[in-house]
Amino acid sequence: MSVLLDHLPVIWQGLVVTLQLTVASFLGAAVLGVLVTAMRVSPVGVLRALGTAYVEAFQNLPLLVLLVLAFFGLPEIGIKAEPLVTAIVVISIYEAAYIAEALRSGVNSVGKGQGEAARALGLTFRQSLWYVILPQALRTVVQPLGNIIIALTMNTLLAGAISVVDLTEEAKRINLVEAQPIPIFVGVGLIYALIASGVGFVTGRLERRLVMVR
Amino acid sequence: MIRVRGLNKWFGEHHVLRDIDLHVARGEVVVVIGPSGSGKSTLCRCLNRLETAQQGEVVIDGVPAPLEGRELARLRADVGMVFQSFNLFQHKTVLENITLAPMKVRGVSRPEAERTARELLARVGIGEQAGKLPGQLSGGQQQRAAIARALAMRPKVMLFDEPTSALDPEMVGEVLDVMTGLAADGMTMVVVTHEMGFARRAADRVVFMADGQIVEQGAPAAFFDRPQTDRARDFLAKVLTH
Repeated sequence: MSVLLDHLPVIWQGLVVTLQLTVASFLGAAVLGVLVTAMRVSPVGVLRALGTAYVEAFQNLPLLVLLVLAFFGLPEIGIKAEPLVTAIVVISIYEAAYIAEALRSGVNSVGKGQGEAARALGLTFRQSLWYVILPQALRTVVQPLGNIIIALTMNTLLAGAISVVDLTEEAKRINLVEAQPIPIFVGVGLIYALIASGVGFVTGRLERRLVMVR
Repeated sequence: MIRVRGLNKWFGEHHVLRDIDLHVARGEVVVVIGPSGSGKSTLCRCLNRLETAQQGEVVIDGVPAPLEGRELARLRADVGMVFQSFNLFQHKTVLENITLAPMKVRGVSRPEAERTARELLARVGIGEQAGKLPGQLSGGQQQRAAIARALAMRPKVMLFDEPTSALDPEMVGEVLDVMTGLAADGMTMVVVTHEMGFARRAADRVVFMADGQIVEQGAPAAFFDRPQTDRARDFLAKVLTH
């Protein structure tokens, strides 16, 4: 492991990039995921179809392909962005499909009467969703959302393919110099495991806190 | 206050409402009774458009019920509804259940909404339960909270869709008492129920439905003592003997 300690500053740099990718992509995916969920349960047929198409499209395409396409394709149509920003946007769009799917199963688990009561009180569809349905849906999908965040954390390493130097990319570079793949990647693996168990811990706590008496 | 004209509704092939005409005057208490599957709940849900009918119109306070969107939300704000299964918002306290719609729909300030909510909770006899979640209340208390929630919007009409059908027998009385009090205060009410005692006591008019039609209607004393149709006689014979 001492090989890692020798390169601590770059490992740290890589970790910071990985955390940036994770946090920013999750926030983007959360906002987009809620929007797509709203579309999928909307009373308007066209919006429902668009929402479904979104989820189908992005769940059925590999993230790596999307990243590479965006990295090389966007400049072609005149959009230039930092690789890090491109990666965050693409990962957000991709993971939003998974978040939307989890949220929709949560929405389905909320009794039909809750929405009816909200509408009967004069709340609009948006208000019913925001104040009544989503808060309850969220409580039932804390654990699946945690799993999505963990998967997202692991997926961030694909950003290395479009020249973002994250934790894994730093590890590869160190290995080019040191040629000690086992200790380097065991160490880096442990760092990812630590992030994942942190996420698992927080969602576990959240789930217990938010449990509803029914 | 409510005028229903020529309402027809189908669930697929099933014709659940047939040519319903109904007029409810301001301050009137109309109790709708009838066998299960007669369409009475569906009629109740059509009045605030939780169900849409294929034919006919519903006019509330002179305004034809709009089809969708904000107009419909505005109409619903004026029509209180109480459900069989209470449908209190499970993640909110009783107080929050009551203040949500006045604040978000009517734009009432939080202190004022909370003051009104506490008054209403006291009125339905559960003033001490304000801070609890619905799951911590008994069925009777939940239904009374649901009535308070509907009243907080200061509705012009209250609809009750079998409000006591999901309750344990010993809790039916407390909910009916609240409803009787409301009726006495002059609230316009449409009540779908199986509680014949309530119909006799609180109704200005009883509407008897069977097979999606209004078969007979009249003052409760007349209806219960001298039903005019075989269908009503048959129904009353079955429900009043025990």
